[in-house]
Amino acid sequence: MTDLALGAKAADRERILRFLQNYGVYLGVAVLLLLNIALTPHFLSAENFRTQAVQVAPVLIVALGMALAIGSEGVDLSVGSVMALSTSLLSLYLGYGTWIAVIVAVIGGAVIGIANGSLIAFIGVQPIVATLALMVAGRGLALVLLPQLKDVHDPTMASLGSGAVLGIPYLVLIAAALALLVAFVVRRTTFGRQLLAIGDSRPAARLAGLPVRRVLILVYVCSGALAAIAGVLATARLTASDPTSLGNLMELSAITAVVVGGTPLSGGRVRIGGTVAGAVLIQLLTATLIKHDLPPSWTQIAQAVVIILAVYAARERGKR
Amino acid sequence: MKPSDDEPTGASRSERVSALAQQHGALVTLVVAVIAASASFDTFLTGDNLENMAVSSAFLAVVALGMTFVIITGGIDLSVGSLFALGGVLAAWGSQYGTAVALLLPLAVCGLIGLVNGLLIARSRLAPFIVTLAAMLGARGILLSITDEGSKTYLVDKDSFFATLGQGKVFGIGAPVWITLVLFVAGAVVLRRSRFGQYVYAVGGNEDAAALMGAPVARTKVTVYTISGLCAGLAGALNAAWLVSGVTILGSGMELEAISAVVIGGTLLTGGFGFISGSLVGVLLLKVIQNVINQIGSLDSAYQQVVSGAFLALVVIAQTWLGRRRRVL
Repeated sequence: MTDLALGAKAADRERILRFLQNYGVYLGVAVLLLLNIALTPHFLSAENFRTQAVQVAPVLIVALGMALAIGSEGVDLSVGSVMALSTSLLSLYLGYGTWIAVIVAVIGGAVIGIANGSLIAFIGVQPIVATLALMVAGRGLALVLLPQLKDVHDPTMASLGSGAVLGIPYLVLIAAALALLVAFVVRRTTFGRQLLAIGDSRPAARLAGLPVRRVLILVYVCSGALAAIAGVLATARLTASDPTSLGNLMELSAITAVVVGGTPLSGGRVRIGGTVAGAVLIQLLTATLIKHDLPPSWTQIAQAVVIILAVYAARERGKR
Repeated sequence: MKPSDDEPTGASRSERVSALAQQHGALVTLVVAVIAASASFDTFLTGDNLENMAVSSAFLAVVALGMTFVIITGGIDLSVGSLFALGGVLAAWGSQYGTAVALLLPLAVCGLIGLVNGLLIARSRLAPFIVTLAAMLGARGILLSITDEGSKTYLVDKDSFFATLGQGKVFGIGAPVWITLVLFVAGAVVLRRSRFGQYVYAVGGNEDAAALMGAPVARTKVTVYTISGLCAGLAGALNAAWLVSGVTILGSGMELEAISAVVIGGTLLTGGFGFISGSLVGVLLLKVIQNVINQIGSLDSAYQQVVSGAFLALVVIAQTWLGRRRRVL
């Protein structure tokens, strides 16, 4: 590819840039996989792949909701707090039955989404500020409901967290199913098309008579509900509710996955396949650094660099 | 642009009321909150409590000062919390080599990160929130890697001149409070009286128009993010001098407090309109509310978060509503 770029004309260079923008994330995943297979001992085992996949599942689910928000030219910073709120609600309602607790937790996330969406759609507050307010208030609410870590002793939750079908963990199956569902919603439903139209140009969408407010609220309800599901699954895996630290910096990981996956921050386009690959890329990056005994702080620095590179690549394409 | 130029002559009465509410609403709320708090708690209007509130407000105020410049240009800086913590740790480490190192090292490093933020935003045209979000993550990573993953705490020598900057008193008022007041006066003069200040308002008001007028848009943006980084680093250094140690866990959530203070103070998040003095009032209001919540006692920090989040939402709703009213009328 370097030979090509050196001898190529501007058009070719643009094509390569566009290719990198669209498929760079898959390339990154492939490179990291190959590097790990070559350099990391015991990397190539079913057990290791299962561990990595289980760890990526909650991040991916949150990132799916984030992709919808970003596609509508918004962002949802409250997702980490929604995870905390969902784990608190889950613990409080487990006495009434596992599934009732799960439903309450997901409804809690959806309600935060309604609050976010209403601030954005009806009042006209910028998404970053509206969701920032809910990010603080949501974490506070989670801690009011459940002030400290509480172990979860529930057989259904335990099997949800560690069970598997045909060797594939439930967590991974659920994440994959949700990814397919969201991809279907974006590509094949009216809601999906309207959301992309609004992300492209809100005034144009309004002039075209689209129900802008309803769609925006629904976007943040989806994001809240998905984050709450991620909170339930993370609780099931950890067999404990920890509202203090669950979901910390999750908004960052989710935004990274979406942006690295090729969804532009300017809205109007959502790439679910890229988002999945983006989440896997971050997970592989973290795992690689940890497996080679580099301190966790390096992961943060590496993630920051990856975010900037991805956004920079997207910019090159937008400018041309 | 500037609030004084903003009112057309012959503005209608309700328009003027809205404008007044937007400009001085925070001050009125602050006065009411102080009166209510002093009536409810005997412990509120004591010298110790006021002194404590003033000093603890000082650090946030310095961060909010830099944030005000950024927000008036229509941007946002989410990295200030991490830079605050990083500045504190660098200052505590540097204090063993003297006060100059303790102050210059955090200013250099945090200013540089701010400069990089500004360059990426202004020259490469990346979204401010994503760039500063990455800087928040990166700066926290640097902080953790120079403190053995957060396990090592650097102490400041209690008898050094640097510690005096944090703990000393002039006329019975803590040194950080004086430093903060001087910085705010300087900031207000720069914003209102200098050409750079005019550019800051112009860029936030309408970037394209500012460029056509000949304002150096990119340079202005780079400068405001550098100022924000410098302010966060300095605030962290002063805080380390006050605590006589560099605490690694500080600063998370501080970006939100700073943004809230600026917005509460009447600066519009859409850019082009705002005041330095309002941000100071915003910080004081946040601290008074926190103090009241602490005095009630039964309310713990979790309620504090709920209240400050709800408060930010309320202020933004009020601002949007007042702004819309003015535009419609």
